[in-house]
Amino acid sequence: MSAIPDDLRYTKTHEWVRTDENDMNAECGITDHAQEMLTDIVFVELPDVDMTVNAGDQVAVVESVKAVSDVYAPVSGRIVEVNTELEDSPENVNNDPYGNGWIFKIEIKNAGEIEELMDAISYNEHVESGE
Amino acid sequence: MSFVLNTPDDVRVMLETIGVSSIDQLFLDIPVDMRLEKISGMQGSLTESQVFRHLDELASKNNEPPSFVGAGAYNHYIPAAVDHLASRSEFYTAYTPYQAEVSQGTLTAIFEFQTMICRLTGMDIANASMYDGATSLAEAVLMSSRTSRKNKIVVSETVHPHYRQVLNTYAWANDLNIIEVPTSGGVSDLSGIKQAITDEVSAVVVQNPAFFGCIEDVKSYAEAAHQHGAHLIVVVTEAMSLGLLKPPGELGADIVCGEGQSFGNPIGFGGPMLGLLAAGKKFMRSMPGRLIGKTVDHDGKEAYTMTLQTREQHIRRDRATSNICTNEGLCALRAAIYLSLVGTSLQKLARLNHTAASYLMKRLTDEGYARVFDMPFFNEFVIRLDNARDIVRRMEQEGFLMGLTLEQYYPDLKDCVLMAVTECTTKTDIDNLVTTLKNTV
Amino acid sequence: MSTIFDKSKEGKNRYSIPEWGGEYYDPIPETMCRENVPMPDVGEVDVVRHYNGLSRMNFGVDTGMYPLGSCTMKHNPKINDRVAALYGFTDQHPLAGDELSQGSLEIMYELSNMLCQVTGMSAFSLMPAAGAHGELASVMIIRKYFEKKGEKRNVILIPDSAHGTNPASVMMCGFTVREVPSTSEGDVDVEELKKMVDGDVAAMMLTSPSTLGLFDRNVHVIADILHKAGALFYCDGANLNAVVGRASVSRMGFDIMHVNLHKTFSTPHGGGGPGSGPIGVVAELEPFLPVPVVEQIEEGYVLRSDRPHSIGRIHSFYGNFLVMVRAYTYMRMLGAEGLREVADNAVLNANYLRVKLKQYYNLPVDRICMHEFVINDEGMPNHVTTNDIAKRLLDYGYHAPTVYFPLIIPGAMMIEPTETEDKTALDEFIEAMIAIKKEAEESPRLVLDAPQTTPVKRVDAVTAARKPVLQWEE
Repeated sequence: MSAIPDDLRYTKTHEWVRTDENDMNAECGITDHAQEMLTDIVFVELPDVDMTVNAGDQVAVVESVKAVSDVYAPVSGRIVEVNTELEDSPENVNNDPYGNGWIFKIEIKNAGEIEELMDAISYNEHVESGE
Repeated sequence: MSFVLNTPDDVRVMLETIGVSSIDQLFLDIPVDMRLEKISGMQGSLTESQVFRHLDELASKNNEPPSFVGAGAYNHYIPAAVDHLASRSEFYTAYTPYQAEVSQGTLTAIFEFQTMICRLTGMDIANASMYDGATSLAEAVLMSSRTSRKNKIVVSETVHPHYRQVLNTYAWANDLNIIEVPTSGGVSDLSGIKQAITDEVSAVVVQNPAFFGCIEDVKSYAEAAHQHGAHLIVVVTEAMSLGLLKPPGELGADIVCGEGQSFGNPIGFGGPMLGLLAAGKKFMRSMPGRLIGKTVDHDGKEAYTMTLQTREQHIRRDRATSNICTNEGLCALRAAIYLSLVGTSLQKLARLNHTAASYLMKRLTDEGYARVFDMPFFNEFVIRLDNARDIVRRMEQEGFLMGLTLEQYYPDLKDCVLMAVTECTTKTDIDNLVTTLKNTV
Repeated sequence: MSTIFDKSKEGKNRYSIPEWGGEYYDPIPETMCRENVPMPDVGEVDVVRHYNGLSRMNFGVDTGMYPLGSCTMKHNPKINDRVAALYGFTDQHPLAGDELSQGSLEIMYELSNMLCQVTGMSAFSLMPAAGAHGELASVMIIRKYFEKKGEKRNVILIPDSAHGTNPASVMMCGFTVREVPSTSEGDVDVEELKKMVDGDVAAMMLTSPSTLGLFDRNVHVIADILHKAGALFYCDGANLNAVVGRASVSRMGFDIMHVNLHKTFSTPHGGGGPGSGPIGVVAELEPFLPVPVVEQIEEGYVLRSDRPHSIGRIHSFYGNFLVMVRAYTYMRMLGAEGLREVADNAVLNANYLRVKLKQYYNLPVDRICMHEFVINDEGMPNHVTTNDIAKRLLDYGYHAPTVYFPLIIPGAMMIEPTETEDKTALDEFIEAMIAIKKEAEESPRLVLDAPQTTPVKRVDAVTAARKPVLQWEE
């Protein structure tokens, strides 16, 4: 059973989003379910800071020993920060996917897009259904 | 001759177990109009002794006399221990080392090979091999283009003509724009190349030693490339030169590619060869081909394994760094054994190559033949002879393959011949060649 | 497993270099020379013992059975190596000229001929140095064909069961991949295919027999669909061992194909090469073959490069000649009948194993197979996976089968015994597989912690990828 925190939002492609109080910035990463499927992560290809992205664009890549997975922007906006700690410790994504395993932060362009994402219950159903 | 082991009894029992009456019944999925009753046109089978005799006859139809031809394939002495060790079954009948636990022999040897190539080229990373020097150049260029996201490549005409042809094929397939810059005096044209480099150029490619044997000023090309944010790719076709000349890495090369056949592999009519590819650390995740890494096993014991496999086709498929799967593993093993045997004496050996070549050059110029390029060279150089094609043909009849006529590749170099000398050529061989040449002309 | 560098000691290298014995001329300026050559400093005895020791940690076909699906790890006849070592072949320079190379050219010409006879194709090029190289050359030919026709087609169709080199080769030639789904039996889903074939499709790549070891009975239908749309049909011939002498590849409707000399034609794998991946084409595609080609004239054989529609050169010389010599020798020894016997026994052996093993392992597709078949770990007790079973087989003295391929069958184990094993050897393999199943049920730790008896145990691939160490350091 993978962890699915209540206070976050989720995409069909297994990214999570944590917004700050004003819905200005979104912290993003991949879910516990995703990291479980990938197994030990060995490398994270981070996006470039300042890059403009649309929701659904491929922005990062997560590699394990036996698979490579694209990470997509959950919302549109501008990449304002990336988690450079993952360069030396990619295992953070496995160990703490919702905490210090965060991958990038987006300055949100359109707050409405957050509402379109799944909540914890819907994401749980999505995972159970077997994607 | 057959290598099938099943006895008629075996076959009978197996068919019974499967539940069919004959082997034909196992092929019913094949539609009738695609079936073959037999392969037509093929000659009958031969016994082992018959086939040996046949191949022996064919081998004797290859009539190569003592040779002074190089141009990307070099005749060096291969120590007996190389053949001896590389013919151990466990090495040459082994599969690709995906199962690390039963492949430590192959994996350790390739790790050693990677180390040796890194040290000889002055680079951080070397892969487990490519098909040959020409395709390793093509893949080096693709790697450069992939990382820079630019598609213009500046190539000096002093790069081996066949390598440039292969590069052109790969460039056409990948919509890359190749800009060839003509040579100047036996080496690359620095000002011509500088003019061709713009901010849209991904890489500059020079060969050292150049196709004509001359030694290039690699440092200047590195500076010119870097000024515009381009990579410098250095091609090496005579790996023996790495034993004597400054490593390209020390001179600013970003990627080194080329041919390792000179290290322990026979010429073999051009194959199998041994493609080398080495680069700086920043190319690690973009590198095509296999990479062997050091690790430990479950008990903490030192072990080697294929690593960063997510670059490769079997995982990344259409986003792989290359489609390469089978490479030249056994040839790399031979190179590692060769370099272990020759070891620190490699420099002396390389020097001997050069000394022998300069002796031939001296004897020829003393006899009045023109030295075409007045520059330092390694073990190959260009000489001019009136009616070169004719003379080369007549020398063949006299028992010498004296060199490669260049007009076919460089129309301006009429009557020019590229000659190569290795440590296998003695002073006497050279004296004999010169005497015969004098008498023939 | 220490390396040769660990055995270095200053002054041990005594490799003798001949003295020049004459005057020295024209030295290379010291500024152009390197200071030292950091190679191992060891003696011949050290080298021999070291590599001898390394070899004993390796498993090869000569050691034991390699039931690796799609790899055709058959016996490598030793006569092949004897002939490939003849000086007339090893010491021949590729630029010696046609007249002096008649032996080599004859071998190349005749080998191409034999491959045409076996497959039904009109012409072969021996230049590609490996199967993937042959795939790439084929995709290049496809691109050139449409360029000449003046048509711009961007897509190549590839089944989801395909080997990774297929999509990778497509990507290296400027096309995009469109994946075609398979049915539960591993055949191409023809109905889905019909929807996907349009004027933008240049070709389809299909492994035949399939990567599940089955013969796709719709291959003719697929060929028709493609040809009607003006597209080409490429055959990945990795599995040719199942049909040599039994089926004609050209009559299946393929226009272009590659074969692997190091699979079907017995040349050794070498621990990762050298291989050879010749490509065969129908007459219409012949002008596009890479150059140079070998032609027969009255006086003998010649190399020809003046072919305006060729894709160009793809190798510095002519391909892996010494590998061709081995394949040529093998084919001459076996002859037409011997080659047919290969397919017959390869398929017989595979079906025997399939019928015996399906009583113990899950067999996703239960029908008569070709030279290989797929089982998987579905239903294995105690969390034992395909990977665990593969590792435990190593303890039993076998190389593991191909695992986790094809992708469409989760936990796949692809088993290909080849024709060079007999019933006794197969029975022993079956015993081992049964024993492992029993261990999985009754003493699972034996399987989960396997291998136990190999030179090293399971390796830490994660650290190797996180912190790569790719060369020896002091």
